[in-house]
Amino acid sequence: MLAETETVVPPRAAKPPLSFLQQVMAATPGDSRLEMCIQCGTCGGSCPSGPDMDYTPRHLFALIRADMRDQALSSNTFWYCVSCYYCVVRCPQQVYITDIMAALKRMAIREGHSLHGDAPDFSQTFIGNVERYGRSFELGLATRYHLTHSPLRKVGIGTLALGMMARDRLAFTPTRIQGIESLQAILHKAHELTAEAERTGEVELL
Amino acid sequence: MTTSRTQYGYYPGCSLERSASAYDVSTRAIAAALGLDLAELDDWNCCGATEYLAINKLAAYALIARNLALAEKQFAPGDGSGGAHKAQLVAPCSACFLNLRKADHHLQEDKTLAVKTNEALAAGGLHYDAGAVKIRHLLDVIVSDVGYARVKELVVKPLTGLRVAPYYGCLFSRPHLGGERRTQGVRTNPEYPMELDRLLKLLGAEVVYFPLKTHCCGGHMTQISADVAYELIRRLLQNAADFQADILATLCPMCQLNLDAYQQQVSRHFGVKFNLPIVYFTQLMGLAFGIEAKALGFGKEIVSAAPALARIGIQAPLPEGEAEKPKRKPRRPKEALPLPVMPAESEEMEL
Repeated sequence: MLAETETVVPPRAAKPPLSFLQQVMAATPGDSRLEMCIQCGTCGGSCPSGPDMDYTPRHLFALIRADMRDQALSSNTFWYCVSCYYCVVRCPQQVYITDIMAALKRMAIREGHSLHGDAPDFSQTFIGNVERYGRSFELGLATRYHLTHSPLRKVGIGTLALGMMARDRLAFTPTRIQGIESLQAILHKAHELTAEAERTGEVELL
Repeated sequence: MTTSRTQYGYYPGCSLERSASAYDVSTRAIAAALGLDLAELDDWNCCGATEYLAINKLAAYALIARNLALAEKQFAPGDGSGGAHKAQLVAPCSACFLNLRKADHHLQEDKTLAVKTNEALAAGGLHYDAGAVKIRHLLDVIVSDVGYARVKELVVKPLTGLRVAPYYGCLFSRPHLGGERRTQGVRTNPEYPMELDRLLKLLGAEVVYFPLKTHCCGGHMTQISADVAYELIRRLLQNAADFQADILATLCPMCQLNLDAYQQQVSRHFGVKFNLPIVYFTQLMGLAFGIEAKALGFGKEIVSAAPALARIGIQAPLPEGEAEKPKRKPRRPKEALPLPVMPAESEEMEL
């Protein structure tokens, strides 16, 4: 009798929740090497838009390691990344900075952190056209995006567009690929898989 | 025995369809001269630029992988090499080049990502074996496969006297995915590549020192934060002007668009007057090969290349918009100050 109560089933080891650092690393494809950062600042010094960022990449990585999620995700740093890869080739620790920035953009959008910036809307408008037609549609993108984002500040855009049109460099109608249905099925499935990964917490797919 | 030419899959990308049609037209024109067999990938789709990866990873990889899957099918080498020779896909656009090779690289590295991407592709009846397609940049194919020697042989109209700034932008030489990148067996310097310099020199052009040759043009920042982008564009234009370049040669449609279409606005923004025509390196190759400027897409640029080319004796069409303007009679002769004129000359003058 006693023996029965004594057989203690060890409680199933619950997976410890991932730290913010681990989540960012998992969401970056390949080996991000983020944990290897030695805080040297070569990234920020090499960054063409470094002066305009709230935090330089070095500073941002320190926030991430300190688990300061909200502060990191609400910064403009990754939205100002121009994807030039200067920091990546110069980083003495080969941290894959540019793709970490892309992972942070996705996280910030998912967690509703970036509703005030223009960059997420630009990306959304761009991919909306790609999902509809299979190819980018510059005129549609420009008109839709600029009319909804402080059009009065962008007086010069009109003359630019006219110059482009006069040289036949802006298409008036989008090109739709033949296999658009197949592409849409592929993207639909990818969105489903993403939703599933969000439910199950498979960060590496997000 | 017939020697079969290598066939390259050609992925023009969205820009080359319209806004960078000069790049497409000139690429096809010189490909014929170089003996490059470029076959366009059937029904390719957008690579997603930098935008899709900011929103959804799986969808972004699936979007890119559809192109890779189509290329694997269309360009599978039928030489019975058992996969020793890979299908090759050439991208002239540096952003497409990055996305295609980055996706292929990460799909090889990250098995979970590869499985899920293929699950998405299966919904459209496709499959991609990571690593099956080799992604190349057009410039790399020209200097490594065709070779500098062959290019030199084809030059019939050297661009003597034309001062060209060689502009690589970011993504030709960066990043090195899984090891260093080599062209012609030589390691490509990520910050100071020389391939375009060498190529332009062979065309007879005078290649100017251009220390900012791999600095960023701002990419999509012109749309998101104009002030940031304008400063990046200004640095490049100023650098080329400092070294007295007549013209700037680029290998990426995004760079061309930013430096060319925004040049007026950048000039206005900083109170400087830039006047630097921005053309594709393929257009200059075409000229040196003796192909008509018109057949190379000249005239599509916003800042006209015609005056710079006229100085070395090449007639190029004026930008399309400008050519259509009705000609206004000049109010006074071009010479600003009245000069003493000999009677014989004055008869020829209009006034």
